[in-house]
Amino acid sequence: MRYVYLAKDDLGKFIDLLKEKHRVVAPVKKENLFVFADISGGEDMSLEYIPTIIPPKKYIMPQKESLGKFDMGEVSMKDTSIEMEPTVIFGMHTCDIDGLECLDVVFHKDPADPYYKKRRKNVTIIGYECMFPCDEYATCVTMDTHVPKAGYDIMMTDAGDKYILHVNSKQGDAIIGSGNIFKEADQDAIKKELKDLREKKLPKFKRALNPGYKELQPLFEKSYNNTGVWDDVGRRCVSCGNCTAVCPTCYCFDVYDDVKLDMSGGERGRVWDSCQLNEFAEVAGGENFREERSSRQRHRYYRKFDYPVRKHDKFFCTGCGRCTRTCMAKISLIETVNDLAKGEQDV
Amino acid sequence: MCNCSENKKVITIDPLYSPVEGTIVKACQMTENEKFFEIRLEGGKELGHMPGQFVQFSLFGIGEAPISVSSSPTKEDKSTFEVVVRKVGTFTEQMHKLGEGDKIGVRGPFGRPFPVDDLKGNDLLFVAGGIGLVPLRSLINFVIDRRRDFGDVNILLGCKEPKDRLFTDEIAEWEKMADINYACTVDKAAPDWKGNVGVITTLIPGVDLDVNRTYAVVVGPPIMYKFVVAELLKKDLAEKHIVLSLERRMKCGLGKCGHCQINDNYVCQDGPTFTYDEIKGLEEAL
Repeated sequence: MRYVYLAKDDLGKFIDLLKEKHRVVAPVKKENLFVFADISGGEDMSLEYIPTIIPPKKYIMPQKESLGKFDMGEVSMKDTSIEMEPTVIFGMHTCDIDGLECLDVVFHKDPADPYYKKRRKNVTIIGYECMFPCDEYATCVTMDTHVPKAGYDIMMTDAGDKYILHVNSKQGDAIIGSGNIFKEADQDAIKKELKDLREKKLPKFKRALNPGYKELQPLFEKSYNNTGVWDDVGRRCVSCGNCTAVCPTCYCFDVYDDVKLDMSGGERGRVWDSCQLNEFAEVAGGENFREERSSRQRHRYYRKFDYPVRKHDKFFCTGCGRCTRTCMAKISLIETVNDLAKGEQDV
Repeated sequence: MCNCSENKKVITIDPLYSPVEGTIVKACQMTENEKFFEIRLEGGKELGHMPGQFVQFSLFGIGEAPISVSSSPTKEDKSTFEVVVRKVGTFTEQMHKLGEGDKIGVRGPFGRPFPVDDLKGNDLLFVAGGIGLVPLRSLINFVIDRRRDFGDVNILLGCKEPKDRLFTDEIAEWEKMADINYACTVDKAAPDWKGNVGVITTLIPGVDLDVNRTYAVVVGPPIMYKFVVAELLKKDLAEKHIVLSLERRMKCGLGKCGHCQINDNYVCQDGPTFTYDEIKGLEEAL
């Protein structure tokens, strides 16, 4: 829609402005890592960060959320409402914005998930463009998520002593319109400045995956029976489920009943689940359709690089690198995909 | 840190995950582990299902479980539907304790029904193994109620022992019907059993099929599919003409939670019924 400037010195004022009407969450340093957390002012956040431990999906699909409350002996839920305040997710990287777009596809698809939909509507996304690659685990270049495209209300790009703000929605425009810290300027001049910045940025970003974007899905189409790679990954995997918990596009959940101690009633809720856990695909009677760790790991990869491409025409890997960063068995997405590609060449 | 909680608003959620009230109007033990339930929804509202679909039953404090509907939508009394529940886990054990007059939560119906329109005008071969008869009965009764829309009807049933047979009264009726060929076998039986003994595949070679116009609809345990499908293919039946129903762990029924996924299929939405043609390459399917 349009571009404006924000002086770096005014970043704190920007946060204060947002806080007038919103809850504001942003990347915050936690020991040697980062998390998305509530901030009380601009000084709390660390805008130069590597992907947070848990992606910001937690604000729209909480790890645990109530679907409704019940009285024991009744059959209908009595309270299915959710409480939420308008929230700004500030400083989201483009990979995480892509992750959110993946979740949107799934949860907005008919039948739309009402809990997700309502939360999503209450969220404003203010992105922050990466000008440097974060670390050796990210594959955003291959996944084409390292440059802002869509999915945000405002995108901020570092331009020396100021930020360039790309205003991309009515919601974003309303925020910009409500403050006097933003400086209008000639649109073509800003666009040119942005273009120059990106031209300088892109060479710093190197491809980590050998197969390119277009080669990825065909590679997976051929790699289902590459037992060498899948067995190796399966042998090392300890089925802890960390990779799926930190993935910005994993959305599987379990439904549970939580009963009060006095047994008078309780809450039916859902909680993040993981296809890496042994019992995930087990049915009553004990039959398990993904009994082996190798088949569960393969399932995870296919849910990123193959199945969603067929179903939604979209990769469900954003290249954020979280799964590799968090894996205690040192299973690396880059290694796995490159090994699959190598196997392909050998054939 | 954040003091903006006065901004919090309460948002009402559409009742997508909320069960509606069902009342058990009839319950009877069919076998040691299987119990029959007839259920009436609030106000006698029709379930609105088609053969092959399932519902999610809900008991607060226990959870939910996916159960196939066993009655046909063509059933005379549209205000009720029927299920048979095998006692196999926490939920079903609790459900077995329920009887006439008890309430149970119901969501659904869910899933893709048997391809009834494709079946029309064709001969049908029904193959049911054990509790597979339960969902298949919905289709069999549908066909019986609309008999002239279909060609020859063959029903093959198999189960472990004679005492495991379900719907014996109803099956006795099917046996008597002039326009239905019926055969049954058990894996093992006491000497006084007069019927066939042997696995269900032994019945298939004896069936006279016009392969170009026959659909086989097969429901049973996972292990049965491999053998039955192989036998049907041997008969030259087209892969597209073999219809199966798969059992998976379904939590949401809405294509979201991921539990029932087979490769790129969500069984709760893309299935539970599939043609063999659709799932033959999928390692996780059978």
